Amino acid sequence: MVVDPAPLQLAAELFPNGISRYAVGGLLVGLGAVVIYVGTGIAAGASTFLESTLSYVSDQSRFQRYVASRDWRVVFTLGIVLGGLAFAATVQSGLVTTSLYEAGTTGELYEVGGLTLWSTTVQPWRLFVGGVLVGIGTRIGKGCTSGHGVCGVGSASKTSLVGVATFLTVAIVTAQIVAALGVSP
Amino acid sequence: MPLILLGGFIFGFGLGFSQMARPEVVLDFLQFEDFGLLFVMFGAAIVSGIAFAVMPRISDAAPLTGDRYERRLKSFDRNVLVGGGIFGVGWGLSGICPGAAYASLGVGNVTILWALAGMFVGAYLQGYWRSQTADAGAAAAGAD
Repeated sequence: MVVDPAPLQLAAELFPNGISRYAVGGLLVGLGAVVIYVGTGIAAGASTFLESTLSYVSDQSRFQRYVASRDWRVVFTLGIVLGGLAFAATVQSGLVTTSLYEAGTTGELYEVGGLTLWSTTVQPWRLFVGGVLVGIGTRIGKGCTSGHGVCGVGSASKTSLVGVATFLTVAIVTAQIVAALGVSP
Repeated sequence: MPLILLGGFIFGFGLGFSQMARPEVVLDFLQFEDFGLLFVMFGAAIVSGIAFAVMPRISDAAPLTGDRYERRLKSFDRNVLVGGGIFGVGWGLSGICPGAAYASLGVGNVTILWALAGMFVGAYLQGYWRSQTADAGAAAAGAD
């Protein structure tokens, strides 16, 4: 049987790490949001946690509006951290192997007590400055990649579609400029 | 609460599995070197989209809270563009977003604490500023 190699080659160029780990991961991310939604009616976003948690330590009026939701948001975030840890303890540590998962080569792996952990090599100043901008931007812009990108787009919300298009476009331009300036990693 | 913990757990595991907890992978996407992120975002949005479309038809209210099933709709204004733009610069510079940053801590990325600290600083700055302007606005309105 003759298979036209052109589409396969294109896929290899666009997706050098395959697509299964992304597709499976994405389905799980969506499933996590759905579990919460089905049980509670809450369309969960991750960035409000920043402001709601600040309401514990600041009495600024802006943060006080999140007092009612701050407790479950802490639990949600704790769940995300534990989910990441569970991933590290199973798949990342090689305890569970699946053909759907292709390990990346970025960053650095290190071992702590039989647990394979991973750390980024992106420079701290980039993470910090980027973090400040993410903190400002997601709160002014009413959402982040999970709130707008997953729950908002899932709701076919026009606001979220515009929000996603905005931050995606700006992020691509920014990343291209940063790369062109030779900042690496 | 246990359910929210479970939901967050699956959410975080998915972010780990998809490698979105690695800033490098996000940056690779933004530099057009690996388009896998599209599968993560749209895969997740399709799954949530089905629930957002189906649940309101099956049931009026969520069993645990009694809250009505509603779509996540937020009003559109200039802030969505301004905030989205600022977020975009931050995301493009660092490759991190809030949910993935929490998950990243879970996979052992201690360096991500820089990003988490930055996010809290940023959220506080905008919250402080908006509290001041909101209070000033309320005072001005009350003076009339």
